[in-house]
Amino acid sequence: MMAADAPLLDVADLGIQLTTSRGPAKAVREVSFTLRRGETLGIVGESGCGKSITALALLGLLPDSADVSGSIRLDGRELVGLADADYCKLRGNRISMIFQEPMTALNPMHTIGHQVAEPLLRHTGCSATEAKRQAIALLDRVGLPDPARRYDAYPHQFSGGQRQRVTIAMALACSPDVLIADEPTTALDVTIQRQILDLIADLVAERGMAMILISHDLGVIAENVQRMIVMYGGTVVESGTTDAVFSRMGHPYTQGLFRARPRLGARRGTRLATIAGTVPELADLPAGCPFADRCTLVVDACRAALPSLSEIGAGHGVRCIRTDAALSRDPAGVIA
Amino acid sequence: MIAQAGTAPAPNAFWRRALRHRSFVVGALLCLLVLGAALLSLVWTPWSAYEIDVASKLRPPSSAHWLGTDVLGRDIVSLLLVGARATILVGIIAVGIGLTCGVCLGLIAAAQRGWTEEVIMRFSDFTFAFPAVLSAIMLAAVIGPGMVTSITAIGIFQIPVFVRVTRGSAGAIWAREFILAARAAGKGRVRITIEHVLPNILSILIVQATIQFALAILAEAALSYLGLGTQPPQPSWGRMLNDAQTLLFQSPSLAVYPGAAIALAVLGLNLLGDGLRDLLDPRLARQR
Repeated sequence: MMAADAPLLDVADLGIQLTTSRGPAKAVREVSFTLRRGETLGIVGESGCGKSITALALLGLLPDSADVSGSIRLDGRELVGLADADYCKLRGNRISMIFQEPMTALNPMHTIGHQVAEPLLRHTGCSATEAKRQAIALLDRVGLPDPARRYDAYPHQFSGGQRQRVTIAMALACSPDVLIADEPTTALDVTIQRQILDLIADLVAERGMAMILISHDLGVIAENVQRMIVMYGGTVVESGTTDAVFSRMGHPYTQGLFRARPRLGARRGTRLATIAGTVPELADLPAGCPFADRCTLVVDACRAALPSLSEIGAGHGVRCIRTDAALSRDPAGVIA
Repeated sequence: MIAQAGTAPAPNAFWRRALRHRSFVVGALLCLLVLGAALLSLVWTPWSAYEIDVASKLRPPSSAHWLGTDVLGRDIVSLLLVGARATILVGIIAVGIGLTCGVCLGLIAAAQRGWTEEVIMRFSDFTFAFPAVLSAIMLAAVIGPGMVTSITAIGIFQIPVFVRVTRGSAGAIWAREFILAARAAGKGRVRITIEHVLPNILSILIVQATIQFALAILAEAALSYLGLGTQPPQPSWGRMLNDAQTLLFQSPSLAVYPGAAIALAVLGLNLLGDGLRDLLDPRLARQR
């Protein structure tokens, strides 16, 4: 048996190379993190920084042309290079995922009851009646009104928020060890967002699952996870406990993200701070720090080589050689 | 959209909806009419469809010959009834061959991608480049002309059409997020193809099949005309149409009857296909 504090999921030095029309692209490099049973981890970053592709790599759902290096271990079992048939037994059973778009994540041709009961039938080998009973209980738990009667309804008969509840029920059907939520509320309106996030948080706590929450929204991350990693240009630029990162942002990119968030109560006419420039193309990433071209603290050494992750606190790592300058620029963090 | 009450789609509910769907009902009736004519011809025809009676050739409609007689004195009604058999056989079997092989290959191509897809698609391009008439001539050279030849040739000619339609639409379904969700739920390619891809492209396939059915009937007529298809004295609607062609000015009605029969059969199939498409799609079904 594994020791109680051994990580459930251990990702070490994960690299993903994709073949694109413009040549090989290093979509993800040197990504490492661990996840313990019952722990929640947030991955934050802007579009194209490698968040979703990291999530897909955990599920082994990358395109065939993708070249994965490093290791992903679930309970000590190596998942990189696992045969697809074996992976199928893990997906939906021990690792499952909630997708961004509830409007398209459900098959329009099948009833929602069928779609929730399916993973149960596949992975647990229970009878059809039992699967139906459990599916109704799940739909009830995720807050779908009158689940027994709506069991045979089709996805188009539900609203976006209700559909997201259904996809959550699907993902939770087999009580997975790891739940990956890829921007679960981005497509929903704000009032529903909170309900869905609360529901996910309750379910994660209730079932002792580990969760990886992917979001571009720092507010969502701050309120919902214990530890977080900030990704940029396919690599982890900052990682640590949510409290540590928010109280002492060590990477210029994290600081930029934080300043760029919209705030209620800001004075009229105040412009939102932006980070100048755009995300680098993954096909021609610079050799050095991927953020160098947009960073105000850049020095020549930044462009020489990808900085290594250095610790600035207990378990709080920053991939920046100018951390000291960044920290002194924003004394006591920018959260105040 | 706020949720409306969703009721269980019992089998009865499907039929109740089907009977309310106008084009489904009309299409089904027309198809049953053709099927009934073919079945009836097996046990009864007003006259023999094979006996030549030159003395009573080209008769106008009368109480003895309801639609008159053709140039060889055969009863038109009897010819139409017996001809329905050839039409149904050619249509169903040829489209069946094309549909089965084409859809399987197309689904495999969409699911496997890579070189498997390349091979299948180049194979279907190759087949498509051969006109049906050409493959029918080659087949006739090997197994002799006849209904089997024309069915096989038309069937082979249909395969690439279905391969392309299936590959194209299945490829689009594979790119949808619910497929990714299904994979994340632990389903393999085979199960996803059967449970998710196929139901979602079924409506396209049904419509394509009805179009191909019509083309198969016409192709059979063309092959019969060239002497490669149904052999005399076996009547078929295509042969009747081609026989009538030389007499178009003396008795145009000879062309009208088989032409109308083909048109009605094709119309019936198209309506039936449209109706099935609507009935099988849960989103469209609700709106009726």
